[in-house]
Amino acid sequence: MKIAIVDYGVGNLFSLCSSFRAIGADTVVTGDAAALRCADKIVLPGVGAFADAAKKLRAGGLDQVLIGEANRDKPLLGICLGMQLLLQKSFEYGEHDGLGLISGNVAGIAPMVGDRKIPHIGWNALLFSTPKHPLFQNTKEGDCVYFVHSYAAVDCEQSIIARAEYGALLTAAVARDNVMGVQFHPEKSGEVGLNILRAFCAL
Amino acid sequence: MVTKRIIPCLDVRNGRVVKGVNFEGLNDVASPLELASFYSQNGADELVFYDITASAEGRQLFTDALKEVASQIFIPLTVGGGINSLDDFDRVLKCGADKVSVNSGAIKNPALIGEAAKRYGDQCVVLSADIKRVNGAFHVFAKGGREDTGMEAIDWIRKGVDNGAGEIVVNSIDTDGVKKGFDIEMLRAVCDAVSVPVIASGGAGCKADFVTLFETLPKVDAGLAASIFHFGEVEIRDLKRTLRDAGVIVRL
Repeated sequence: MKIAIVDYGVGNLFSLCSSFRAIGADTVVTGDAAALRCADKIVLPGVGAFADAAKKLRAGGLDQVLIGEANRDKPLLGICLGMQLLLQKSFEYGEHDGLGLISGNVAGIAPMVGDRKIPHIGWNALLFSTPKHPLFQNTKEGDCVYFVHSYAAVDCEQSIIARAEYGALLTAAVARDNVMGVQFHPEKSGEVGLNILRAFCAL
Repeated sequence: MVTKRIIPCLDVRNGRVVKGVNFEGLNDVASPLELASFYSQNGADELVFYDITASAEGRQLFTDALKEVASQIFIPLTVGGGINSLDDFDRVLKCGADKVSVNSGAIKNPALIGEAAKRYGDQCVVLSADIKRVNGAFHVFAKGGREDTGMEAIDWIRKGVDNGAGEIVVNSIDTDGVKKGFDIEMLRAVCDAVSVPVIASGGAGCKADFVTLFETLPKVDAGLAASIFHFGEVEIRDLKRTLRDAGVIVRL
């Protein structure tokens, strides 16, 4: 089984690649459409600004490749900004279109979290929706994962599979059929994070 | 709720950890990978690697060691020491660091914070300040705490945050090594001045010092220490159980 990690010039893939290697997954880092089509599963990473990342995905035509593969029922996992890109729109510095694979939008968390510090950074506990999504089959309610973000998925009630409490219940993970996204960094969340990646590999 | 973080700091010279001694089950306490793995398995929430090497050769050994750790330890890694330019940021981030801490480099070139924050994001830039009381005022010290810059510390930190520092490490020279607790007064002044995460450093001697820290100053996000962890005086998992029993939210 081959897992393709989408390389579109956004962020550092060192830890993500290392973590998949640590669980024995066969990965390829690629920005090539054919390689993405050949892969059994796709991971869409990303850190930084939404607009810039969305632009880079489109510039290479990778947006259409990802939408096409997702529609062919290929498992797709977005991580952090990669998860936000799965949604319809982001309101980070303007209004920008995402891939629209999951209903919902991305908005700043500042108005939701009261006097909490921004960004939401650190280890926080996962609170699962019921029934528990298979992505968390190796994970316990309350297990902590590592977050670093100032924006989060909103208007996506139907797709939320995990939340985290930070002055409000923030979206920690979403899923719709074969398309999944996590706001946190499984590659920085110790054994708990590796277990989530293992579950993705086992889907 | 975001948990309070416990962070061991490892000093590295020529790619080897200095000060690490006598851990049961560890063959090579000077190996960054062995120590990092030990701490990661024993509840550390994050690791700081501090490069105290002066030579270019030693720097290369440091980045090699960092790369080895980052490819096998999956918790956040912060790197400090010898960070003077964007190239230095680039060098350690490429080797798997998540955050980069600047101290003297930012004192020499205050623009570094803003430039790095713009390129890598605020969350990546940690401003570490060595602070000491001078005639009743908090002063920033440079060169590992040896040189008084004359700068007022709270003002320096506030400016750093305005320029994009996403996290502050407050190292009190006054309490460092004394092992009688963190510098609550200094930390309170910093917490009142900024809204980014504050990491307390300098002064921890026992578990109770961490309880006092988080109970007295709920706005402090993390406690950092070196020798008490390395010498086994405080065991991180045990410390976190004590904190949890005291009502502090931690990751266990």
